[in-house]
Amino acid sequence: MDFEKIQKKTDRRSKGQKAVIYFFLTIWALIVLFPFYWMILTSVKSYGAYNGEHVPALFTLSPTLQNYKDAFTAVPLVGYLLNTVIFTAAATAIMVAVSTLAAYAFARLEFRGKNLVFTFFLSLMMIPSELVVITNFVTITNLNLRNTFTGLVLPSVTSVFYIYLLKENFEQVPDELYRAAKVDGTSDLKYLWKVMIPICRPTIVTITILKVIECWNSYVWPRLITDDPAYYLVSNGIQEIRENGFGRENIPAMMAAVVVISVPLIILFLVFRKKIMSGVSRGGLKG
Amino acid sequence: MKIVLENLTKKFPARGKKSQGYVTAVDNFTCEIPDGELVGLLGPSGCGKSTTLNMICGLEKPTGGKIFFGSEDVTALSPELRGVGMVFQNYALYPHLNVKENIQFPLENLKGKDKLTKKEMESRVMEAARLVQIEDLMDRKPRELSGGQQQRVAIARALVKYPRVLLLDEPLSNLDARLRLQTREEIRKIQKKTGITTVFVTHDQDEAMSICDRIAVMKSGVLMQQGKPQEVYDDPENLFVARFLGIPPINVFQGYVRSRMLFIGDAPVLSVGEVPDQEVWVGIRPEGFIPCEDGPLVCRLERIEVMGRDITVISAHSACTGPAVRSIISGESPVDPAAQTVQFALKPGKVFLFQKETEERIRAKKGKQQ
Amino acid sequence: MNRNNKKAWLYLLPAFLFLAFFMVYPLIDVFVYSLEEGFNFASQTYFGVGLYNFSYVLHDPYFLQAVKNTVILVIITVPVSTGLALLISLGLSSIKPLRELYQTIYFLPYVTNTLAVGLVFMILFQKTEYTDGMVNLVIQFFGGDSIDFIDGPYWAKMFVFCFYTVWVVLPFKILVLTSALASVNQDYYKAARVDGTPKLRVFTKITLPMISPMIFYLIITGFIGAFKAYSDAVALFGTDLNTAGMNTIVGYVYDMLYGDSGGYPSYASAAAIILFAIVLTVTCINLLVSRKKIQQY
Repeated sequence: MDFEKIQKKTDRRSKGQKAVIYFFLTIWALIVLFPFYWMILTSVKSYGAYNGEHVPALFTLSPTLQNYKDAFTAVPLVGYLLNTVIFTAAATAIMVAVSTLAAYAFARLEFRGKNLVFTFFLSLMMIPSELVVITNFVTITNLNLRNTFTGLVLPSVTSVFYIYLLKENFEQVPDELYRAAKVDGTSDLKYLWKVMIPICRPTIVTITILKVIECWNSYVWPRLITDDPAYYLVSNGIQEIRENGFGRENIPAMMAAVVVISVPLIILFLVFRKKIMSGVSRGGLKG
Repeated sequence: MKIVLENLTKKFPARGKKSQGYVTAVDNFTCEIPDGELVGLLGPSGCGKSTTLNMICGLEKPTGGKIFFGSEDVTALSPELRGVGMVFQNYALYPHLNVKENIQFPLENLKGKDKLTKKEMESRVMEAARLVQIEDLMDRKPRELSGGQQQRVAIARALVKYPRVLLLDEPLSNLDARLRLQTREEIRKIQKKTGITTVFVTHDQDEAMSICDRIAVMKSGVLMQQGKPQEVYDDPENLFVARFLGIPPINVFQGYVRSRMLFIGDAPVLSVGEVPDQEVWVGIRPEGFIPCEDGPLVCRLERIEVMGRDITVISAHSACTGPAVRSIISGESPVDPAAQTVQFALKPGKVFLFQKETEERIRAKKGKQQ
Repeated sequence: MNRNNKKAWLYLLPAFLFLAFFMVYPLIDVFVYSLEEGFNFASQTYFGVGLYNFSYVLHDPYFLQAVKNTVILVIITVPVSTGLALLISLGLSSIKPLRELYQTIYFLPYVTNTLAVGLVFMILFQKTEYTDGMVNLVIQFFGGDSIDFIDGPYWAKMFVFCFYTVWVVLPFKILVLTSALASVNQDYYKAARVDGTPKLRVFTKITLPMISPMIFYLIITGFIGAFKAYSDAVALFGTDLNTAGMNTIVGYVYDMLYGDSGGYPSYASAAAIILFAIVLTVTCINLLVSRKKIQQY
């Protein structure tokens, strides 16, 4: 039958197409994964073995943890990590608190000029950080806040976009809940704390995670504001390690440091995979 | 084009990690749709009627069974080789194309000897547009059309390639009540005019009853009954079909048969012929009640609704499974609204008996009275 | 009402203070800086007011090099990454098994530290006296000559820069496009299948128009993001980007502000404003084009 032949041909072709698709997807997956594999592999090669290989080996039979020991002892890696944790925690906590309060005011409270103020907030979203970083640098320098956590954290707190995201979410909470709470004599702050925040927890978690990623990877501002290695964050630390750390050639130790720096975020990602991905696709407006 | 479905079965892998079984969406569906008829696939949501339609269309591959168009076995063919036109529930009009481009879309896919020239396409598009009376909307985008107009465009798009079979998936459910009445008449007219065998999926029995040549009632994947609407209504094969068809719905009582006499409560209400003694479900259509002073079925009168030509008597009976007994009687019949009770005699043809366990119909032997 | 008013402002106060101090004031100030000629950072004095800073920056060969690098980066990476992301998302949305695994893998670069992974790219591409590096070995395997991608010729460095940038920005684009593709109503595809529409035609006539708003969104944000490239370059070529000849406009701004060649906030401000003007112009052009091109419905 004529139709059957056509059908079989289409079936065969679609199987072939599937195979091609899987092939290319796998290739890209390998390109993405290879640097990660390479950094882990290199980090467990011994210094001698690494430099002895003119042709780098794709695997090693004698893994060593010596590089990790070096990474933690020869350079202040623990210090960098600790600084980053403090910086991330502080910046994220203050950002979430400030944004929640502001978003609540926009979403729930009535006040004169609300629309005007909100439009003003929104217009700030378009301002690139490169424009304001110059004055912020001068301000922090003049306030003598260089090489302090205060100086690091303060300008990293503002985030119009997260306020916007939260406000949108807060507005979805039905008005009836607010009226009911008012009838029961609930104060605004208590309502925010007991009703709004629990209901909007998914969004708050999302912006927290996004901010943590942003803080963990931030490089430019910390670089401008810290020149004392005691206050370096991981990004600056890795740059410092690269330029003066183990001596340029101890690449395995460098890679060990890179692994240590990368692992926390990757674990965070694997645990909160769904949340992070949906959050980024929703909150990715930042560009 | 006659459509024959032979033991059509569709199983989906069950959701959830633990269960490894299958969910049977359509189970052993056998049915024959005569050439040129409009057939309604009817059933509550989730009964497998859309899956059946998708299998006829070719969007879903059956797990078992066969589908024939005429004498040709199309079971293994993909949709484009079957020559079917389909109207989706939400119409699936391409939002970025205007009406004309939407209708023309299927024609542009034709290849080889079927390929059409621009002129031929134009005339085919106009022909389809005329059929559904949207010639003056050709330059609009779908969002600029009302629901009813979108619906017509969708039908025109399905008809433009001269399909052998037209499939409509809940085509009226997105329209408001008034438009629904009007549109279903139009679907009927268009179907008669073109003579294309049409399968129409709906959960609204009123819709199916009013325009279909034939209906097939489904319940959880199983075909319950098929036939002409009036036949199915007058002669339901089980309690489900009896309940599903008819507005207001059939009244169901608990009853029993003793010596060829049907009892509801403890009152003998009807002689039913050769039926063995047993407990039964008794279904009585609303129009099966005749109020009369010495009627055997005594109900507590609750209220009377006058609907112009007819009146609805709402009463209560302890053996009734529903909240109230609804009966429709012609306007002249005397029922005193102030009375405490109302008494009915029953029309034998409107009373159906069903087995207590299987809910299958009990028929009296040898064409005697039921 | 009045009390409510006060309370609302109280809730807004922290956000307001932060924004005013670290965004609004700096925004005004940056224009002031850019106009103050001969500003001395130590004494905080300046000679006069005028456009000299802009003229200096525009004549600075380092700045022109940075503009050239940035523009090349933008022109190459935006189309390449958007196109690649589109292909990958199309592939992803047409498979079922292993889809989540692939999605997870593809997203990994988003959560990694740009500086740290950049270092890995550096050693993969770098040619030292000890080893030619992994990438060069592959090139040699296919019969090519090895090149130092990190300290070698300009085009080689540019290649690594673009490659790394694409690697870094793809996760976001893939994510956005896969969710855009997933949100296209499946009925359109069913309708197209019933009509026997060929795959390519489904793509150009249905898929592409349906997701075109998202594609344009990605192109616009891609342009903005690529114009602001900086830390990728640092990760690959070190902090002394001017010497490496791989500086970007943002890099130039920071170098002017701080570091070995720093201490000139006026020049930095002028450069930042020029960058802002370029980005704004390009974005406006993009918006105009997209408004015409995006199918309205």
